[in-house]
Amino acid sequence: MAELTYREAVARGIAQEMARDDRVVLIGEDIAGAGGVFKTTVGLLESFGPKRVIDTPIAEQAILGAAMGAAMTGLRPIAEIMFSDFFAVCWDLVANEMAKTRYMTNGQVTLPLVVKTGNGGGLRFGAQHSQSVENWAMAVPGVKVVTPSTPKDVVGLMAAAVRSDDPVLFFEHKGLYATKGELPDGEIVDSLGTAAIRRTGADATILALGLMVPRALEAAEQLTARGIDAEVIDVRSLVPLDTATILGSVSRTGRLFTVEENPRLLGWGAEIVSIVAEECFWDLDGPIHRITTPHIPLPSADSLEDLVIPSSDAVATTVEKAMQS
Amino acid sequence: MILPLSAHRYGDHGIVLPPERQNRHDAAPITSEVRLGLYHTMQEMRQFEKRAYDLFMRQLVKGTSHLSLGMEAIAAGFGAAMRTDDYTFATYRGHAHTLARGVPMTPVLAELLGRANGLMGGKGGSMHLTSVQHGMMGSYAIVGAHLTIANGAAWSAQYRGTRQVAVCFFGDGTTNIGAFHEALNYAAVYRLPTVFVCENNLYMEYTSIADITAVARPGADRAPAYGLQPQVIDGNDADECYLTATAALDRARRGDGPSLIEAVTYRHGGHSRADPGKYRPEAEVEAWTAYDPITVYRSRLERLGIDLALLDAIDKQVAEAVDLATQEAVAGDLPSPQSAMSNVWADGGSSWRN
Repeated sequence: MAELTYREAVARGIAQEMARDDRVVLIGEDIAGAGGVFKTTVGLLESFGPKRVIDTPIAEQAILGAAMGAAMTGLRPIAEIMFSDFFAVCWDLVANEMAKTRYMTNGQVTLPLVVKTGNGGGLRFGAQHSQSVENWAMAVPGVKVVTPSTPKDVVGLMAAAVRSDDPVLFFEHKGLYATKGELPDGEIVDSLGTAAIRRTGADATILALGLMVPRALEAAEQLTARGIDAEVIDVRSLVPLDTATILGSVSRTGRLFTVEENPRLLGWGAEIVSIVAEECFWDLDGPIHRITTPHIPLPSADSLEDLVIPSSDAVATTVEKAMQS
Repeated sequence: MILPLSAHRYGDHGIVLPPERQNRHDAAPITSEVRLGLYHTMQEMRQFEKRAYDLFMRQLVKGTSHLSLGMEAIAAGFGAAMRTDDYTFATYRGHAHTLARGVPMTPVLAELLGRANGLMGGKGGSMHLTSVQHGMMGSYAIVGAHLTIANGAAWSAQYRGTRQVAVCFFGDGTTNIGAFHEALNYAAVYRLPTVFVCENNLYMEYTSIADITAVARPGADRAPAYGLQPQVIDGNDADECYLTATAALDRARRGDGPSLIEAVTYRHGGHSRADPGKYRPEAEVEAWTAYDPITVYRSRLERLGIDLALLDAIDKQVAEAVDLATQEAVAGDLPSPQSAMSNVWADGGSSWRN
């Protein structure tokens, strides 16, 4: 066992896969010599050399294109998009190229690649460096979408993503980089498309993703004191989506709450809510609630950012109020 | 130092005439076998696309397609110079580049018709022709993206030490989009074995390229910004294309990095099916139609003493092959309904949940 930060776990996960398979290569801005602006790739250049760990220009289309072309011709690249907000300048490569090429070529092209990115708010970076953009990715058929919330999941899901033969967008939460967790020694390999029940409970199901997972867990602790036993599910993977775990939990508890850092409209929670409404409506004991960031760009000031991103207090209050009504 | 702006002004592009016919390549060290191959390939492209157009008029080809009638020498010349394991990346105007890699006509035509025996089972269509087994790594319909993807294939070849080269074809209009500049810089920085071929047919869709480009040579004038030699070639001369391609491919294989080649050409028709191309001056169209790559090449072969009966026989053989491909494509089944849901993922399926 070893205690690792979330950011160290990113490097460990990548190193584990690079050591195992020399087709795995890493490219991105400042990821080699500097070890990444978030220090998630520290030591990889030293371990694997400049042929496999490569600093790129600020050219996100060139980065993702390079990853795609390499993936279709025998490599298994990992590309970093420094801030997920920057997907907006290279979304063509994701939404039009990576996501559709296998389908359009009727399976001739396989794209075993991972795009890792720093996602999410809470660091006072303002509206263009704080977004949670998993919803953009979830809306595009053909890409897999994962968001780990613990250091152990970072390693295991990175391994699963690298070993997947499909393009995977790997959303690291910037607000979790400093958090710590225990990791077992040796190889860790998880599986895509699986949610994790972080806390079992009988009265309500709370779904969360990324930074919202620890907040939902804190809220659940607060709710215990108020006589509410909440189950907390870390969704982890939006595509594929583990509906079995989610529907099973909602069927048991009869109540569903989603905690989403993303702006309100068409959030991942909305999709899950629609599935629950269609498939286990009669198991529900009350209305479903989505707790989200309002439909606004994120403000920079700490007081304002804290106000709009769901907090554990806000989650606890919303759940308690809903359960009492 | 302040460099002068291009002499071109918006809306004042005038008429661009083709070069004079020349015989400087008559003595080039190109074997008769290669030359007859080039002629055959160009005939195949020409007759195939004419047939595709006829089938569109009969409403058998749906949607749109972008013909390269008049531009065949570039795809043919580069195709002939490439190694069988080199990679081609083409645009939505990619029928000719696909045929140039030896992809049979039947699956290509069947793909245009949306049939099960199409190259991609009818799921890609005219703008996305791909045949990985022939090194035809795809036709890309969003301008600019595939330059960056070609770099990835070139990087992979460099990493694996295979000496393969990625050849990337694109139009003059692409030189004004950001991805072009990202890709050129990227290829130059890592000395990637990518050959960028700008097919300058003088029009970005419906607009004169000169009207909306800061420099006179949309490809070549950008090359020095990336440490590359400016190269402008006659894109209607198959020998010139072949010789240029050979040199660029050799350079890439030696590890000396990318090339950017501007091949000047002209499309006989409009941008796509919807476009009659009426924005082009009549005299310009006439001059370029006369400077047809197949006519140019046929005269050269005649000067070199090739028996014209042999060329007529090639024309006839291609015509028969196009007829056969048409029959096979038209006779193809419609794709199975299940195929709409297949091959989103590597496991063959499209499931996004359990």
